Amino acid sequence: MSTTTTQPPAGSAADEAAVRKAIASISRPQRPSAVSAALTFGWRGMLKVKHVPEQLLDVTITPVMFVVMFTYLFGGAVAGSTGEYLDYLLPGILVMSVLFTTVYSGVALNTDLTKGVVDRFRSLPIWRPAPLVGSLIGDSVRYVVAGTVIIVLGVILGFRPEAGPAGAAAALALVVVFAFGLSWVFTTIGLLLRSPNAVMNAGFMGLFPLTFLSNVFVEPQTLPAGLEAFVDVNPVSILATASRGLMAGDARLEDIAIVLAVAAALTLVFAPLTTRLYRSR
Amino acid sequence: MTIQSPLAIEATGLVKTFDGTRAVDGVDLAVRTGSVYGVLGPNGAGKTTTIRMLATLIAPDAGSARVLGHDIVAEADAVRGVVSLTGQLASVDEDLTGRENLVLIGRLLGLERQAAKDRARELLDAFGLSDAANKLVKHFSGGMRRRLDIAASIVVTPQLMFLDEPTTGLDPRSRNQVWGIIRALVAEGTTILLCTQYLEEADQLADRIAVIDRGRVIAEGSPAALKASVGSGTLHVRLLDPEERGQAAGVLERELGAVTLDNDPAGLSTSCADADRAAEAVVELTRAGVRVAGFSLGQPSLDEVFLALTGRSAEAAAAERSAPDHMEQAA
Repeated sequence: MSTTTTQPPAGSAADEAAVRKAIASISRPQRPSAVSAALTFGWRGMLKVKHVPEQLLDVTITPVMFVVMFTYLFGGAVAGSTGEYLDYLLPGILVMSVLFTTVYSGVALNTDLTKGVVDRFRSLPIWRPAPLVGSLIGDSVRYVVAGTVIIVLGVILGFRPEAGPAGAAAALALVVVFAFGLSWVFTTIGLLLRSPNAVMNAGFMGLFPLTFLSNVFVEPQTLPAGLEAFVDVNPVSILATASRGLMAGDARLEDIAIVLAVAAALTLVFAPLTTRLYRSR
Repeated sequence: MTIQSPLAIEATGLVKTFDGTRAVDGVDLAVRTGSVYGVLGPNGAGKTTTIRMLATLIAPDAGSARVLGHDIVAEADAVRGVVSLTGQLASVDEDLTGRENLVLIGRLLGLERQAAKDRARELLDAFGLSDAANKLVKHFSGGMRRRLDIAASIVVTPQLMFLDEPTTGLDPRSRNQVWGIIRALVAEGTTILLCTQYLEEADQLADRIAVIDRGRVIAEGSPAALKASVGSGTLHVRLLDPEERGQAAGVLERELGAVTLDNDPAGLSTSCADADRAAEAVVELTRAGVRVAGFSLGQPSLDEVFLALTGRSAEAAAAERSAPDHMEQAA
């Protein structure tokens, strides 16, 4: 009937035999546990960092600039000397830079959604939140990297935490736990907004006031009363205070408890919301 | 008559609405286990939305379906355990290497680390991707990406595989490779639901075809029956100079009857079952001074199937559905 014939390509028979063998040679394994599936997604996040290490520059260069700029520009004026200001500023900058990194979790999720691979993940018989939990576990590694860069830079510039490396590590751990909770907010935003840029803008529009209207840069006592009241209840202030406390060895349990409670509350509200949105997109 | 095997897909009255537009408007499907079932239609006809419902990615607004005996809503997880999906956008991670993609899927399906690595190597070899195993997928060609995509779908062999336009945008060689892989899958007993815009593809691979338009099945049957209902042959002519198309249309109309102008400004076609008459018509074109770049007598295209079944071209159908199609992409 047809005058155009389809040429069988060279080697297609061999392909077919190998493909048939590959198809026949596997039986379905036990499904992975929820933890194992989530960790596999964490591994995926790590691989992306491995292939595009430049993305770590985003999370390291900006905070480095902030530390250097604020220390030497404002240190003398705000605290009398750059050294004293660095002691005050560094734990705050640690908080700020890690929190800024959380926005990228939402941006990355939004970018992922435009790609077909999400369809495959959603068609796999795995624990539903695994892709989300896993990518946040991967992101947490980035938070640790960003935080470590700040602390090391601080030490180079003369910052000496009184509670030593253990105190610094404890502060970093607290900040990363809080960031994990906060990043659920941004994954929710990442699923609600249309483009990665919109997520970025919305994220920073929220984070800038929260970090600048906190005690990250200055003691709130000098502020107008209304602003001071806000700064005092701002969770970012409490996190910064707790981090300073952990580094200095005089942290108040109350502050740490509030930080952990806020992180837990954010996770409890926004993790199910994200999972729901992810399923229905 | 062979004994009917049980149904792999049984869908009744599936409906999905996006922003008030019925992307899928009451689709019924009955796909026998072990067969290849072609779903043929233009962009935006509702093919992808149908697949996404059957693969449990989105829930239907109305109607119901069972996939290998499991309800797609109530037993979605059981469905996911026996199907795999090769989406229209390649369902692989562009930022990872070919090997990492396969290991990732293997781990997510429950293979141990070493088993996942071994399986990845086996599949890369079988699919002719060993050389590119450590390249990032974003640097793959379209054909390689498709093969990797299908390989990812059979890391653990599914009982049912959804293939959404597996050869769209591929060159003929890559297309033939993909067809070979699909035949191998069928030979090993996997049931396949194949969405395509190409009648030739459905004809080559499918045991039965459903033609879908405006979210509804408008024709269903064997490829032979479908083609017979449309008219068995078509003469396609491509001109050197699009300016001469009007003149060419006149000649062909006189020789063979009604002429369709193709999307290609230098192309036109007319239905014709007889090779001798087609040859004469082409000679007449040359005599009339029309310069012919090429011609072929072949199967009806999707356009012609559409024209015959709906009275309008597939392109027009796609254009009027472009809004819901956009939704399909975004969803």
